[in-house]
Amino acid sequence: MKLLGEKGVERLLSVVAFSAISALGLIAVFIFIEGLPFLFKYGIKDFLLSSDWRPDAGKFGIYPMIAASFWVMLGAMLIGAPLGIAGAIFLAEFVPKTVMNIIKPAIELLAAIPSVIYGFIGVVVLAPVIRDLFGGPGLSLLAGAIILGIMIMPTVISISIDSLLAVPVSFREGSLALGATKWQTVHMLTTKAAKSGIVASIILGMGRAIGETMAVIMVTGNSVMIPHSPLESVRTLTANIALEMSYAIGMHREALFATGVVLFIVIIILNSIASVAIRKKVIVK
Amino acid sequence: MEESKKVHDIIDIKNLDLYYGQFQALKSISMSIQHKMITALIGPSGCGKSTLLRSLNRMNDLIRGVRITGQVLLDGKDIYNSGMEITELRKTVGMVFQRPNPFPLSIYDNVVYGLRVAGVKSKSQLDEIMEWSLRSAWLWDQLKDKLHHPALQLPLDQQQRLCIARLLAVKPEVILMDEPCSALDPISTSKVEDLMHELKKDYTIVIVTHNMQQASRVSDYTAFYYIGNLIEYADTKKIFTAPGVKQTEDYISGRFG
Ligand SMILES: Nc1ncnc2c1ncn2[C@@H]1O[C@H](COP(=O)(O)OP(=O)(O)O)[C@@H](O)[C@H]1O
Ligand SMILES: [Mg+2]
Repeated sequence: MKLLGEKGVERLLSVVAFSAISALGLIAVFIFIEGLPFLFKYGIKDFLLSSDWRPDAGKFGIYPMIAASFWVMLGAMLIGAPLGIAGAIFLAEFVPKTVMNIIKPAIELLAAIPSVIYGFIGVVVLAPVIRDLFGGPGLSLLAGAIILGIMIMPTVISISIDSLLAVPVSFREGSLALGATKWQTVHMLTTKAAKSGIVASIILGMGRAIGETMAVIMVTGNSVMIPHSPLESVRTLTANIALEMSYAIGMHREALFATGVVLFIVIIILNSIASVAIRKKVIVK
Repeated sequence: MEESKKVHDIIDIKNLDLYYGQFQALKSISMSIQHKMITALIGPSGCGKSTLLRSLNRMNDLIRGVRITGQVLLDGKDIYNSGMEITELRKTVGMVFQRPNPFPLSIYDNVVYGLRVAGVKSKSQLDEIMEWSLRSAWLWDQLKDKLHHPALQLPLDQQQRLCIARLLAVKPEVILMDEPCSALDPISTSKVEDLMHELKKDYTIVIVTHNMQQASRVSDYTAFYYIGNLIEYADTKKIFTAPGVKQTEDYISGRFG
């Protein structure tokens, strides 16, 4: 501190901040430089809508991966969002503050568990159960959806709790004073007032689900196929990049970068929607 | 006081003690609230006015660590008896808060909130009571064309009267008001006070106020509280012209508080 002085510290911090931001910016620029030319060379429509992914034959249709990412994400949301929201309502409204203050950080800690661990549990515990109960290979779209559903729950719970707790006590008091029960207050008022935050938590969860790679590679089986049943093996966009990047060259490599561009755009859109929703604190019906 | 009204108690408070943890906020309070009268609670900040008011519809139950002994009889029935339905109690004894707290919903949805809570579904019934409530709170003419606008966009005094309308919709017998005008300017305040006079025909009102002029303007009876004790409770006219206790006199003449 003494060495640099007030001004020096400030300058140092701004250099650090600036380099961090420019590094992120450079990554984005890099992905686009590597991926965009391919999109125009190969044709956006063929790239997105063809089901023919045979890099050795120069065929780069990522539709099966798009479908897989979409269905895995949707399944994860169907599992993770209701459970996460229910958990958030329970913790924010029906549990003493002291208990909530212990459980919430614990749940947030779940988000810090490396995804390879979730994948490991998926392979060892979940996939065999699915195979035994429903048949099929076990490593499947369903396994991916369940594991991702669990992985996004901390995000959904944590942001939903924050938005429920941000609803002023005066609203709740007003509702209770009109003879509402606690549960009526929650579903007629508090969740409505917290709607934007809850929606944001779901959208951020979607972003996580689409972006997740390692756990998905481990549990979905990775066949390049348009899924016709949740029990089939699928390969998501992220899994495809991770699995093939190490040996891809030429057009193949460019196609993977273009896949990255697609993911990048989808995630940016989801996150922008979420941040708009979060900023709009109280939604008025 | 109108002679035609038969004076009787609607609420009887008997030896009420209230503790927040170790701290005793109300000390053996006994007083009765007269039917269809306006009773004002006055006293310096922190003397327990809000606490007493909130113990009349059991809003204090929401605060952890509150302990209450004694009785509050509503029409002869102890509201702290385990047989008391709290939701029913709160519909009978409604509350208007210090800061207007309309819900972040439309004006219409605010007014019918309590009805929906009570399970009323019929649109025509909701519409009818909604219009009646807004009329009773003198809001119908201003708001009838924007019933589906957000309530939070109304000016503060309309918000407060909307909170009153929302309450009237559930047909309470008693209305508790905790400094209902403290967030309002003088003109809006006098509108709310006029409204209180009108409501007195049909409802019993208990109002906490910081403002002694307000107490003397609107109330029939006044209770003076000081550090958790009820010091004096009498006709408003008597309290403000010939108080029986020295402390009351000091307070209303502005020597402390
Ligand atoms: N939730 C609470 N927990 C602990 N003490 C409280 C609480 N609410 C009020 N008190 C205390 O009880 C006393 C009476 O408060 P209150 O009824 O709000 O007074 P008033 O409305 O007359 O200003 C004050 O000393 C206040 O600090
Ligand atoms: Mg008060």
